[in-house]
Amino acid sequence: MSAISASEKVDGFTRKSVRKAQRQRRSQGSSQYRTQSAPVELSPLPQLKDAPSTEQQELFTQKLQQCCILFDFFDSVLDLKSKEIKRATLNELVEYVSTNRGVLQESTYPEITNMIITNIFRALPPSDNPDFDPEEDEPTLEAAWPHIQLVYEFLLRFLENPDFQPSIAKRYIDQKFVLQLLELFDSEDPRERDFLKTILHRIYGKFLGLRAFIRKQINNIFLRFIYETEHFNGVAELLEILGSIINGFALPLKAEHKQFLMKVLIPLHTAKGLALFHAQLAYCVVQFLEKDPTLTEPVIRGLLKFWPKTCSQKEVMYLGEIEEILDVIEPTQFKKIQEPLFRQISKCVANPHFQVAERALYFWNNEYILSLIEENIDKVLPTMFGSLYRISKEHWNPTIVALVYNVLKTLMEMNCTLFDELTSSYKADRQREKKKEQERDELWKKLDELKLSNTTLVQNNSHGLEFNVSDCAALLAI
Amino acid sequence: AVQSSGKSTSADGDDSLYPIAVLIDELRNEDVQLRLNSIKKLSTIALALGVERTRTELLPFLTDTIYDEDEVLLALAEQLGNFTMLVGGPEYVHCLLPPLESLATVEETVVRDKAVESLRKISQEHSPVDLEVHFEPLVKRLASGDWFTSRTSACGLFSVCYPRVSSTVKAEIRQHFRTLCSDDTPMVRRAAASKLGEFAKVLELDYVKSDIISLFTALASDEQDSVRLLAVEACVSIATLLPQEDLETLVMPTLRQAAEDKSWRVRYMVADKFSELQKAVGPEITKNDLVPAFQNLLKDCEAEVRAAAANKVKGKRLNIMLPFIRLIQYTNQHVKSALASVIMGLSTILGKDNTIEHLLPLFLAQLKDECPEVRLNIISNLDCVNEVIGIRQLSQSLLPAIVELAEDAKWRVRLAIIEYMPLLAGQLGVEFFDEKLNTLCMAWLIDHVYAIREAATCNLMKLVEKFGAEWAQNTIVPKVLGMANDPNYLHRMTTLFCINALSEACGQEITTKQMLPVVLKMSNDQVANVRFNVAKSLQKIGPVLDNNALQTEVKPVLEKLASDQDMDVKYFAQEAISVLPLA
Repeated sequence: MSAISASEKVDGFTRKSVRKAQRQRRSQGSSQYRTQSAPVELSPLPQLKDAPSTEQQELFTQKLQQCCILFDFFDSVLDLKSKEIKRATLNELVEYVSTNRGVLQESTYPEITNMIITNIFRALPPSDNPDFDPEEDEPTLEAAWPHIQLVYEFLLRFLENPDFQPSIAKRYIDQKFVLQLLELFDSEDPRERDFLKTILHRIYGKFLGLRAFIRKQINNIFLRFIYETEHFNGVAELLEILGSIINGFALPLKAEHKQFLMKVLIPLHTAKGLALFHAQLAYCVVQFLEKDPTLTEPVIRGLLKFWPKTCSQKEVMYLGEIEEILDVIEPTQFKKIQEPLFRQISKCVANPHFQVAERALYFWNNEYILSLIEENIDKVLPTMFGSLYRISKEHWNPTIVALVYNVLKTLMEMNCTLFDELTSSYKADRQREKKKEQERDELWKKLDELKLSNTTLVQNNSHGLEFNVSDCAALLAI
Repeated sequence: AVQSSGKSTSADGDDSLYPIAVLIDELRNEDVQLRLNSIKKLSTIALALGVERTRTELLPFLTDTIYDEDEVLLALAEQLGNFTMLVGGPEYVHCLLPPLESLATVEETVVRDKAVESLRKISQEHSPVDLEVHFEPLVKRLASGDWFTSRTSACGLFSVCYPRVSSTVKAEIRQHFRTLCSDDTPMVRRAAASKLGEFAKVLELDYVKSDIISLFTALASDEQDSVRLLAVEACVSIATLLPQEDLETLVMPTLRQAAEDKSWRVRYMVADKFSELQKAVGPEITKNDLVPAFQNLLKDCEAEVRAAAANKVKGKRLNIMLPFIRLIQYTNQHVKSALASVIMGLSTILGKDNTIEHLLPLFLAQLKDECPEVRLNIISNLDCVNEVIGIRQLSQSLLPAIVELAEDAKWRVRLAIIEYMPLLAGQLGVEFFDEKLNTLCMAWLIDHVYAIREAATCNLMKLVEKFGAEWAQNTIVPKVLGMANDPNYLHRMTTLFCINALSEACGQEITTKQMLPVVLKMSNDQVANVRFNVAKSLQKIGPVLDNNALQTEVKPVLEKLASDQDMDVKYFAQEAISVLPLA
């Protein structure tokens, strides 16, 4: 505890990393083992490299079939010998497909895919930790990983083998295969998701006929994640793949892709666990904007619509993304969006959470953004001035106040006359705002009175609503 | 009448347009919060406009400008469900359909669901003719919308219009529902599957047999488990509708298949809906079919499923219960934790001797379980056992379990054990408490999670209520006040929070003589958060103090704080001054 007491004196909070060290051991789960029949004992087959070349293919098939037997990894001492035999065989298979040419004959494709399907396609186990928080908790690891890892490795080598023929493989690696593969992205085990990412990427690259299907299914996974379950472990990995897919989109962008951006990627920003995949998401968004700058306005409007109301941590992420977008924005697009955007930035600058305010004020360290602001100072300054001026007097955090002074100074240097005008009209403007607020209060008070008198009238008068309402409306209109 | 600046249209003599302009201005306000406020008072606005202008001006405006924050849209969707009288009664209720139709296509689920809910509500206010002329075409448009959102919304509307339309329209509705059940998007299929039971209920029995059963079978073997499990839910309603002799052929094959589904989520659903299914299919099929299936679920390879099944064990006959007790050997924590939550309740059924002989060893074993939830479930149900055998039997095993939970790495576990402290203290007595548990209670006050510190504060208050002010003065007040000198400001604030909670229970004497001086001294703290909490504390404990202390000690300190350089300190000091009788 003594190590952290120094930092505690500064802000009173202990560091997350220190607390995390106290966490419990890793947990393991597996749903792979289903067959509750009697255990099968494996007997080792001869090594492939020792077999005469005429018998190699036959032995290869036998080994693939042998590897279709599954073991219970929950009981770590059960079937130890057979598990070891399968592990060694899988290792051998991996090496066999990665180092030899001519081993992928048409007849072996179904055997290969069958072995893969049997081993990796499974209903993922329920999470060991019902309120699993990916940011806080250790993931549950796949217990059968010693075998599953090798099967993934094998699948990858199979796909990357120079003799691999998509035209044959597409009979087995079909839509159903891809669908099951995509479901596995929900695995809590990061090692598994990492393999899946590479594999899906290869499949997307090699099977042109599956591309649209893969994109559509990812679409569905995301929509379900956003609007139904709020839970899917592989969002970051899928976005990473998408990042490179978007990179390869041809111009002009198809309507389907634009719809994906606006109806899926932008709403993804509302997710609770945004921190887990924000970097990948922002990358995808920026990719789109670099492809087609005319999307800038709708994208920024979308972000403004979903701007976090209470979560400061997320707000900082949004600001980061806005800066990434501003880094690539075209000046004409900037003009289209500057007013609503800077209204939001001005709110962020005035945020009582100093990290939000600080992140927003850092925009003024960005040369390109500064040049955009300078070009449009007549619009930006009036939008920003009120907040900056007020914060320079009121913010509790001295660092923020100092930053605000610098920003005000920069803005003043950009257009001194406008700055002076705004300073002198500041008081009057605020008074006008106050007056407007009062007027609004008055209006609503009157409307509420109207409602009250109306309900009493209705109670006393069986003529009903219509008559009285119009009466009162007339009163109000006078 | 209302007068306002520049924007008034009454300037050019058109008085009647004046309010709507102002009101629509309110609905368009730049500030979301203000827009939201205006929308929430939409009925007031409509009232001011009168029915006719609500129909001709307000509703078209609302329909045209539906692009807003989801929160505003949600409020709008809700409001429109209660708008019938404001547009002139049932005769005109169809005017509400266009804005609700747009809202039913929005992405955000809560908005859409609310729009559907409102549509369902106002569908009842449509005359049969209006239903066919206005409402049903809307359902059809939604059902054939491009984007999945409108199609999911349509799923919830079929059952409300079906019973009240002509047979040709009925046939169309059935056709639309069929199409949506095999929609391309899983979201739509899920929506359709979740409404399958509801829709079956309004259909004629012949169509249930011909249409619904085939849809049910198809959805129950969907490629996505999220769809299949919803079919299980529908199974309950469908089975209730069918005559007994048809169940075996029409429903049971699918249900049997679901109980052995390869996805645990589907099997879980079967286990979870077991009681309902049992009622729906009747005793004969239950005995022959469901009980064996249920026994398999109790032995399922996935713990979640076993846990769901185990939860349904209560109320079953004892011979079914025996294998359940044996479940304890399964090592998975879900089962154990599910069991731990029901097992304590058994002691009241079994009586004292049986409990000591059969259940006590289990309790003791579970108190040592490695999984915190299991231990927690046992401790949280201690009161049942206490009634039967008395808690003393357990106290030796209880203590290590409590201590370990109190220091668990998960704060929710710590929080849960804190909440049982007052109960435990009452059952174990003040001596045991002082000796073994008091230090724990104090340690929670400096936990790094605020929720724990807060719960610990509240816990102290309950303990004082139980053990009395004298006990408080001797055991906890000195420790609490000692924390006022802690270098960590969060701990110093905890002193103030404790004082807030304890002053009333401790009474005027302790509050004035021991607590007040500490609070007053803290008004000089260098951290503003501590200072404004001093102001809040003074406001809180003020009523416990006598007038003399208020005037001579509290008042000057609050006045000093009211001129503090920090605006929050100022604010809370001023608030305290205005609330307390200081003048």
